[in-house]
Amino acid sequence: MATAVVDQADKRQSPLSDAVVVRFAGDSGDGMQLTGGQFTLSSALAGNDFATFPDFPAEIRAPQGTLFGVSAFQINFGSSAIDTAGDAPDVLVAMNPAALKTNVPQLKQGGLIIADEGEFNDRNLAKAKYDANPLDDGSLAKWQLLKLNISQLTMDAVKPFGLGNKEALRCKNMWTLGLSLWMFDRDRQPLIDWLNAKFAKAPDLAAANVAALNAGHAYGETAELAGPLKQHHVDPAPVAPGLYRTLTGAEGIAFGLVAGAQLARLPMFFGGYPITPASAILHHLSRLKEYDVTTFQAEDEIAAICSAIGASYAGSLGVTSSSGPGIALKGEAMGLAIMTELPLVIVNSQRGGPSTGLPTKTEQSDLYQAVYGRNGDAPMPVVAARSPGDAFECAIEAVRIAVQYMTPVMLLTDGYIANAAEPWAVPDLTTYDAFPVEFLTEAPEGGFKPYGRDENLKRPWVKPGTPGLLHRIGGIEKELDTGHINYAPENHQAMTDIRKDKIDGIKVPDQVVELGAEGGKLAVVGWGSTFGPIHQAVRRKRAEGLDVSHIHIRHIWPLPANLGELLKSYDRVIVPEMNTGQLKTVLRDQYLVDAKPVNKVSGQPFTIAEIEAAIEEALK
Amino acid sequence: MNEMTTIARTTTLKDWETDQEVRWCPGCGDYAILKAVQRTMPEIGTAPENTVFISGIGCSSRFPYYMETYGFHTIHGRAPAFATGLKLANPNLDVWIVTGDGDGLSIGGNHTMHLIRRNLDCQIMLFNNEIYGLTKGQYSPTSRVGTTSPSTPYGSVDRPAQPAAFALGAGARFVARGFDVSKELPNVLKAAHAHKGAAFIEIFQNCIVYNKDVFEDFAAPKGAEDRQLWLKQGEPMIYAKGTKGIALDAEALHLKTVDVVDGDWQAAGVIVHDVTNRSVAHMLVEMRFGEFPMALGVLYDDPRPTFEADVVRQNKAAAEGKTADLQSLLKKGQTWTVTEGGPEL
Repeated sequence: MATAVVDQADKRQSPLSDAVVVRFAGDSGDGMQLTGGQFTLSSALAGNDFATFPDFPAEIRAPQGTLFGVSAFQINFGSSAIDTAGDAPDVLVAMNPAALKTNVPQLKQGGLIIADEGEFNDRNLAKAKYDANPLDDGSLAKWQLLKLNISQLTMDAVKPFGLGNKEALRCKNMWTLGLSLWMFDRDRQPLIDWLNAKFAKAPDLAAANVAALNAGHAYGETAELAGPLKQHHVDPAPVAPGLYRTLTGAEGIAFGLVAGAQLARLPMFFGGYPITPASAILHHLSRLKEYDVTTFQAEDEIAAICSAIGASYAGSLGVTSSSGPGIALKGEAMGLAIMTELPLVIVNSQRGGPSTGLPTKTEQSDLYQAVYGRNGDAPMPVVAARSPGDAFECAIEAVRIAVQYMTPVMLLTDGYIANAAEPWAVPDLTTYDAFPVEFLTEAPEGGFKPYGRDENLKRPWVKPGTPGLLHRIGGIEKELDTGHINYAPENHQAMTDIRKDKIDGIKVPDQVVELGAEGGKLAVVGWGSTFGPIHQAVRRKRAEGLDVSHIHIRHIWPLPANLGELLKSYDRVIVPEMNTGQLKTVLRDQYLVDAKPVNKVSGQPFTIAEIEAAIEEALK
Repeated sequence: MNEMTTIARTTTLKDWETDQEVRWCPGCGDYAILKAVQRTMPEIGTAPENTVFISGIGCSSRFPYYMETYGFHTIHGRAPAFATGLKLANPNLDVWIVTGDGDGLSIGGNHTMHLIRRNLDCQIMLFNNEIYGLTKGQYSPTSRVGTTSPSTPYGSVDRPAQPAAFALGAGARFVARGFDVSKELPNVLKAAHAHKGAAFIEIFQNCIVYNKDVFEDFAAPKGAEDRQLWLKQGEPMIYAKGTKGIALDAEALHLKTVDVVDGDWQAAGVIVHDVTNRSVAHMLVEMRFGEFPMALGVLYDDPRPTFEADVVRQNKAAAEGKTADLQSLLKKGQTWTVTEGGPEL
């Protein structure tokens, strides 16, 4: 049954002005991700809800000062529920001309620019392709501009510690963070503690960074003459009491896979190959040996999935992970896992495509690949995570389906979810139902059939090493029950039907309505990381009195049994996706509904305003 | 090999045969290899249920269906990767990889190389027939220059890969050679199994349909003693009924054939085979047939710690003293508690 949660959710959302979006932008080497990360923690401690968006270049150390070397971190925090990293920043911290140039177009009209004028020299202006200094030529007139020589102020602050110029300038980000903490009335102590712990082996560096942080803070306090600089206080957001932590999608998936393996009572084997933005999952898992996790960095993407299938064959939970191009390489092996009916979880952290595409940017354009992208009739379940916290739940769900149906399962996430952090109420793991795997250890009555089936059409899982159940499996068409090689026409028809029926028959929860009501004028149907902007946009439009509901699909394949009827209960259906209309096509095909696409493929998440505009357009 | 699987019950050849009809062409060299393996397994003494045969794609890769063990017929070229996951997940299994010149050196060359350099404990039997059989006769990466085939009607022009040299170059700690109908093949298989680590065996195999008798020049019974050099640990490298031997040309730093008069191989400077001598192994795998006899048997055998043993050891060490308490792990990191009075660290 679909549920309407509209009233409760709408009440939680007070006016939007109590949320602030800050974007830190600088050179790759300026430490913007670290600044953003620490500002995020201070937001959490201030009791704000928040969402973040790290936006960094594909190059590791792009040439200094260049436009393509700009690294940015955006945070949206507020005293009410926050679903996205925010559309347009209220505050832009620009550490050099290139950071200003690439980020200022998104700044809200009247928003505040804090620029390090010490970096606006001829050399850096030329690298950013500015003919004139934008801090002086009036081109930034529609925003408030605060020019500060952060470089010099930092150098002055850290002078007593005898650092070289280069090292002294590396404290700039802490000066900036100090100023930001003052702006939003934040406690400095947790940051000072963190710096002292981080630089425990180099007390001079710790002291210099703390001094820079304090100097930035003091600057805000004493230099109110500076005009636009004002202190804001954002009240805590009302959240349920409990233990919270920050969680990225990569962490959510790693923890969820471990939880899933524990619930299945299986050791985990993870075969991976480095690829952006999926590598973080391999990094997290490789530190969790005590959880009976073996990680293997294979020689390529194909070996990564094949080793995972080999481990599943041995009786472990095989897992592999990649991003679009790597998933393409794994395609043939997925077919083998489907044919041999072995459990496997394949995580796809989607990025911009096709080919190498936009490795560090986000997209949802691998849905066709997940649902259809294999040779032959090769059905495979697909689960899609909507947020870092949801990635934890989806990873458990993927493991459950894999072992309960002896099938590979694709878990879709994307670059945005993988890198973004959100506050997460730490779940009580005792509330999750275990699904222990039972291996077949002796021949059942009537004899052992490697491709015999239970009521879910699942075949038995037998570990090599088990006496009396010796058998052979492989990619050639299997004979019904025996699993021997069989090329007979009627057998292939029967086996193809069974493989399809097994996946079609997977029990997935009915689709709920996230916000709004079952039936009505318009449903906005999303999947994956578009949850935030869709949810906020629908909430706002409902507050304006429009009849619009939000449906967000986790089970992409097989789809929830009630979804067709649910979609038909609305006059219109729009499907916002960061691709050219892939879920839309699936929904049209499955239900003959007139789903209309709303597409964005710029490598950037949807803004709330874009979804709002699409809702208005659809209701015209 | 491994310790656990060697303590096993007595079996006979019949215990290792499946009920499946063997589907290779009549007269194919694969039959002889299959029989040699089935005959050798009881002597090795492992239990069938602890044995896994893993293959890729090609004629040779049908092998697992005919062995009464666990078996996995995987995808083209990737058998080493499946074997790696299998062995890491259960190091107690006795793993045999069956591959061919196309499967193991063309599409799967990458995986063969990495399996060998990592030194996963398994036996790799590479059936080399210098042709693609299952796809109907195209030249392969080991075909000799000038091989005419459906895809090279005017003869192949690229130089062939040398499997044993490839394996040694990839860091192999065990390299051996044999051929399908050789009576010595079981001894080679036993030596490979006795080696702890990746044991690479190149087995010359006669494809009677597409590359018939391509190895007759050295494998034919008639005159075999003049053309085959069977290497034995601690014994001089002599052949042709003791009238010829292999010696080192110390000035040019390469091997040479020498005549042995009245059995006095020492006087002729013939080398004594030391399976742990890597420098000589490099020369043996490069020894060109024609000018030299074909070097067969165990060319090199000098074990090193295996990949899966090191992985298990590291996993254990890293987990030492820690508990698998996921709930505690989730509570670590950047956390805060929200109470009625607001958040706190």
